[in-house]
Amino acid sequence: MVPQSPALVVVVPLIFAFLSLLFGWWRKAFSYPITIIALSLSFLASIHCLYTVLTSGTIHYYLGKWEPPWGIEYVVDHLNGFILVIVSFVSLMVAISSKRLVERELPEKVVYFYTIFLLQVTGFLGIVITGDMFNLYVFLEIASLAGYALIAVGEEGAPFASFNYLIFGTIGACFYLLGVGYLYIKTGSLNMADLSEILPALYQSKVLLVAFAFFLVGVSLKMALFPLHVWLPDAYTYAPSAVSALLAPLMTKVGAYVMIRILFTVFEPRFSIELIPATTILGWMAAGAILFGALLALAQSDVKRMLAYILVGEVGYIALGVGLANRNGLTGAVLHIMNDAVMMLALFLIIGAIMYRSGNREIPSLRHMHRRMPFTMATLVIAGLSVIGIPPTCGFFSKWYLVLGAIDANKWVFVAVLLISSLLNVILFFRVIENAYLEPREEEAHEGVEVAVPIEEAPLSLLLPILVAGAGILSLGILSGEIISSVIRFAVPAGF
Amino acid sequence: MFDLILSKYNYWIYIVMMMIGFYAMIGKRNLVKKIIGINIFQTAIIVFFISTAVKKGGTLPIIEHAHGHGSHAVEVASYINPLPHVLMLTAIVVMVSTLGVALAIAIQIYRRYNTLEEDEILEQRKWSHNLPR
Repeated sequence: MVPQSPALVVVVPLIFAFLSLLFGWWRKAFSYPITIIALSLSFLASIHCLYTVLTSGTIHYYLGKWEPPWGIEYVVDHLNGFILVIVSFVSLMVAISSKRLVERELPEKVVYFYTIFLLQVTGFLGIVITGDMFNLYVFLEIASLAGYALIAVGEEGAPFASFNYLIFGTIGACFYLLGVGYLYIKTGSLNMADLSEILPALYQSKVLLVAFAFFLVGVSLKMALFPLHVWLPDAYTYAPSAVSALLAPLMTKVGAYVMIRILFTVFEPRFSIELIPATTILGWMAAGAILFGALLALAQSDVKRMLAYILVGEVGYIALGVGLANRNGLTGAVLHIMNDAVMMLALFLIIGAIMYRSGNREIPSLRHMHRRMPFTMATLVIAGLSVIGIPPTCGFFSKWYLVLGAIDANKWVFVAVLLISSLLNVILFFRVIENAYLEPREEEAHEGVEVAVPIEEAPLSLLLPILVAGAGILSLGILSGEIISSVIRFAVPAGF
Repeated sequence: MFDLILSKYNYWIYIVMMMIGFYAMIGKRNLVKKIIGINIFQTAIIVFFISTAVKKGGTLPIIEHAHGHGSHAVEVASYINPLPHVLMLTAIVVMVSTLGVALAIAIQIYRRYNTLEEDEILEQRKWSHNLPR
């Protein structure tokens, strides 16, 4: 079993997706435990992969024993081994938390929900683990199609938002496929490692430029990089709570991973940085994303929509780290993939819990929430501080590396953008925290008695992942030095 | 100039088709027309991939049924590259599932708003937002 772990990471959720459908038809109650079992196995397998990579180097797994340029190869190195663990951990947490949320929001669709949920996770894991360009396209489409379906079953407005996402997502995927086609014409290969050996001799070719442009636009659409983010706020606001908690932390991060792979593994850093100014353009787009996301988040009164715009900004942080194209910047980007996944997991689960208890997520309606749901709101404060970037939380450390990277690259504008966005995030989160924690003045003055609010915490299956995510934000922050020196140091592509 | 178009006419067809599909996806206001646009766009990509595989006078990459009793089928220069065809088989599967999901969502939209025109849906959504909650 153990040498097969790279395949098991992907195959287990895929097979269990069908099992959960079969057993779900028989007994509805089976699909939840089956999902948990599948994702736990997948999580263990990905931990084993990362452990093997750390002890004995990159894993090359040949599917069906077909050797690389011809067969499909799974490659696990420090970068994607690390991201595999994040993806499978976050999806396991969301699966655990989804029990009550799905029962409440989608009572008739429980079985189908878990089947598509598992397919979605299969897509994410496949994108991350594969070493083949076309295989990546197939997994990208599995993840996207599952995402459209999951979003479409949400509240009023969800089908329309999902349709818009489908249009943009299909354009993105088609552009990616065209990019693969152009590379294939020139090289006759689809394997990433093989391509990176063949391509340097062809760097002057115009065909490669076209392919590169297609990749950049296609992947930017999938990861919702400003100005191609228009589908994201609606889709993630109207999706069911469990679905936004799965998609928001992962879809954009997986897209960011694909971008790093294409810019720095398939093409050499030399091509992406010097021969064409791709990383410079990316940096400016990212700066736009950070400011635009934070400013539009200010305009929202719906907490979930506010988080969606914050997510647009967070994607900007990762892209900025990639765009800086130096060692500190990329360390920040890879670290931020992890930190942002955990932060967004915590925040979107908290919104799910608030929706579960109060059915309302307008900012003013959060009043007295700290007495009603003390643990959830405490985690909200931790996650908020992390998005702002206050030291013991993990958000601080990735921002710190991004600022260092911007200074190294002599781009003082980006340093300013990072600091301004932190200030904007302070306003954003204190607006929420003020409403949740501080009592309205006049009420106390008039009545002189505290309004009695009974404690109504979120159900345990939902509270537990929230607390784990909150603990994760703190402990990942404290351990970030360890993580950088043992994993991310090797994950930054060669040549930096 | 004319020669350039004529000698590579399949690539020109691919570009024209892609632009038609792209225009329909972005420019048309009817959801079904958008879905048709998606399909034209994806078909264009199939035309492109298949064009890259074709060789003039090429044969099948199968020894048994090829011209000249298989002597051509083992020379790289004289058989048609099968790999883009295989890739496109997968792409067709993706295309069909995209179409299925898109139509299913369109049905959901129609049930909720009783129309498939984007403008009318947006109009109705604006109304529902202004209602007091």
